[in-house]
Amino acid sequence: MYAYDELDRTLINERVSEFRDQVKRRLSGELTEDEFKMLRLQNGVYLQLHAYMFRVAIPYGTLSTKQLRALAHVARRYDRGYGHFTTRQNIQYNWIKLAELPDALEYLAGVGIHAMQTSGNNTRNVTSDQWAGVAPGEVEDPRIWSEILRQYTTLHPEFSFLPRKFKFAITASDHDRAAIKIHDIGLRLHKNADGETGFEVLVGGGLGRTPFIGKTIKPFVHGRDLLSYVEAILRVYNQYGRRDNIYKARIKILVHELGIEKFAKEVDEEWKLMDASALTLDHAVVEEIRSRFSYPAYEKLPHMPDELKEAAHDPKFEAWRKNSVFPHKVQGYSIVTLSLKPVGGPPGDATADQMDAIADLAQKYSFGEIRVGHEQNLVLPHVAKRDLPVLWKALDRIGVATPNINLVTDIIACPGLDYCSLANARSIPIAQELTRRFANHETANLIGRLHINISGCINACGHHHVGHIGILGVEKNGEEFYQITIGGRADENAQMGTLIGPSVPYAEVADVIEDIVEAYLALRDRPEELFVDTVKRLGVEPFKERVYATR
Amino acid sequence: MTSPLEQKKIKLSGPSMVTANRTWDGAVIYRTAEQGWSTELTDAAVVRTSDDARALLAESVADDVGAIGAYIAPVEVRDAGKIGPGNLREQIRSAGLTIDIPVPAQA
Repeated sequence: MYAYDELDRTLINERVSEFRDQVKRRLSGELTEDEFKMLRLQNGVYLQLHAYMFRVAIPYGTLSTKQLRALAHVARRYDRGYGHFTTRQNIQYNWIKLAELPDALEYLAGVGIHAMQTSGNNTRNVTSDQWAGVAPGEVEDPRIWSEILRQYTTLHPEFSFLPRKFKFAITASDHDRAAIKIHDIGLRLHKNADGETGFEVLVGGGLGRTPFIGKTIKPFVHGRDLLSYVEAILRVYNQYGRRDNIYKARIKILVHELGIEKFAKEVDEEWKLMDASALTLDHAVVEEIRSRFSYPAYEKLPHMPDELKEAAHDPKFEAWRKNSVFPHKVQGYSIVTLSLKPVGGPPGDATADQMDAIADLAQKYSFGEIRVGHEQNLVLPHVAKRDLPVLWKALDRIGVATPNINLVTDIIACPGLDYCSLANARSIPIAQELTRRFANHETANLIGRLHINISGCINACGHHHVGHIGILGVEKNGEEFYQITIGGRADENAQMGTLIGPSVPYAEVADVIEDIVEAYLALRDRPEELFVDTVKRLGVEPFKERVYATR
Repeated sequence: MTSPLEQKKIKLSGPSMVTANRTWDGAVIYRTAEQGWSTELTDAAVVRTSDDARALLAESVADDVGAIGAYIAPVEVRDAGKIGPGNLREQIRSAGLTIDIPVPAQA
C-alpha cells in the first residue's frame, strides 16, 4: 500500500471544499449548467440516463480495506447499495444525487480517495497490472512508477486542458495484464543490457470509433527520464492534437496521421529543447516514493501446506483453486482473483455488503490489500496457501467464487443502454444471457480461455475491439443490433478483432455466440489451442460460414 | 456548448415531449403542459408540430436551476390519449433498468 502524505491529504480536502461550494452555487442557480458542467466532470460526475453517475479513481487498482469499506459506505449511504468496477480501475456509482455528492466525496477523502481527473480532457487514472508487486518474474513493482506518474499528472497546469482525454497504463511483466497497447501511452518496464531499469514507451493506442494498437516510440527510456520524455510527448500532442473535431482529437489520430517516425522525431526535438532537469527522477526521488509503499511481512511457508492437500479432495474447491488461484512470487502464497461475474449477474458489479465482506477477508487473509483489475474482477494479492480452503468458503458465501476467471463467462461489459446516455444498445442483459448459456463449468473449462467483451456503443468502454469475441451494440431503425468481431486480444500480442459479417438482432446474439463457440470446438486442432489461436490459424471464414449459413 | 434551441431544425417524426433530468438529484423528469415538471411520463405535455416542440423546449431549457439536459423525445400516444415512451431509450428512462440491480448473495 502507498501511504499518502500531508500534501496529498490537503489537496484532496481542498478539492472537496471547492466542489462543495461549486455544487451549492449550482443548486442555487448562481452557476448555470453550462458553467458547472466542466467543474462536475473534473470531479468525475456525469449525467446518465436515470441520474448522475459518479466515477471514483482507484489509482493503479490498489485499495486498502479501509478504502474498500468507504466505497461500500458510499454505495449504501448515497447510492443504491452497489457499485460498478470499470475497465480502467475505477468504480462508478449510478444513482448518486448531486446535492449529496460533496458529502460522499468528503467521506472518501477521509480515506485518501478522490474523483479528480476521472473525466475531462486531462490525464486520467493511471492504471497498472492488478498483480503488481506480487507477480512472479516481474521486473519490479510498476506501481512505484504509476504513483510517480499520478503525482506528476494530477492537476498539472499544462495538461489539464488537452485536446482530449489521455490514459496511461503500466506493466512490468512479460504477460501484459494492463492492456498497455490500447492506451494513449503504454509503458512496459524492463531492464536494458546494462541492467538499468527503464521503459518501452508505446504511444497512440486506443479503442473507440477509430481503434489503433499503440506503437513503440522508444524501445528504452531510462527510468530517470520517464517524466521528461512523457512530458515531451504530451507537449507535442498538446500543440498538434486536433481541437476542432472531437472524433479526431485523441493522440492516436495524431500519431496515425503523422506516422510514428515523424511523431517520434517531433517528440525527440521537443525533448532536446526542453529543460528536463526539473523532471529528472534521480535515485533518491524514486526511492522516496518506493519507501512509501509498504509490503507485507511474509512468513516462511511451505509450498504445499497440509490444509491444501486435504482440501484437494473437494472437487468444488479444486475447480475454484485451479481457475482462480495464481502463483505468487513468494513461496507459500497465492494471488486470488474474486469473480465479479456470477452467472446471471451484471459484470463488474459488487454490492456494499460484498465490498464490506471482501474488506474483512482481505484484512484477515491478504494483509489488508485488495486490487481491482481491468477485467472488472477483484484480487486478493497476498493469500497464504494454507488459508485458501477457508477463504474459498467465505468467498463462495458472498457470491464471488465463481470459478470462471478467463473463461467464457468472465465477460467484460460496459453499463450499456441500461445506464449510459451514450449507448445505443444494452450490454448487461447480453452478458447475463451468455453467462446462463455457458453456466456449466465443465463446458466452460472445455472451451478454455475465451474473453468476450461487450460495448453498448462505438465508444468501446467494454473494449469489444480486443475481445477474443467482441460484441458491439448498434442501433438500426430503433432496434438493437450487434456487430460481432473475433480474434481480438488485449495482451502483449494485442490486436483488433475482425468483423464476421452483418449485425444480428438482440434476440439472436447468444445463439450466434454459441454457434461461434461450437465452431471453435469443432475446428481447433487440439484441446490446448485457444479460441483466439484457432481464429488466427483459420481466419474468420469458417466462423462466418457457421453463423450466417442458416441466417 | 450548443444549446438545443440553436438546432437549425426541429424535425418531429411523430408526437413528442420534452424530457430532462432534475438538477439536484438527476431524476428523470418530463415537462408538463402546466409549465412544470413531473417524474411521470404520463404527465408529459405532448407536442405535434416543430413550433410547439421548440416552444416547449425553450421554456424547459429556461429552467436551468430545476432541470438539465432537456431534449425532445418521441412518445407513443395510445388508447384514450395515454402516452408511452417512443423508443427503447425512453422506455428504459421511464420504466427503469431492464435488469435487476445486484443483490447480496444469500449466506
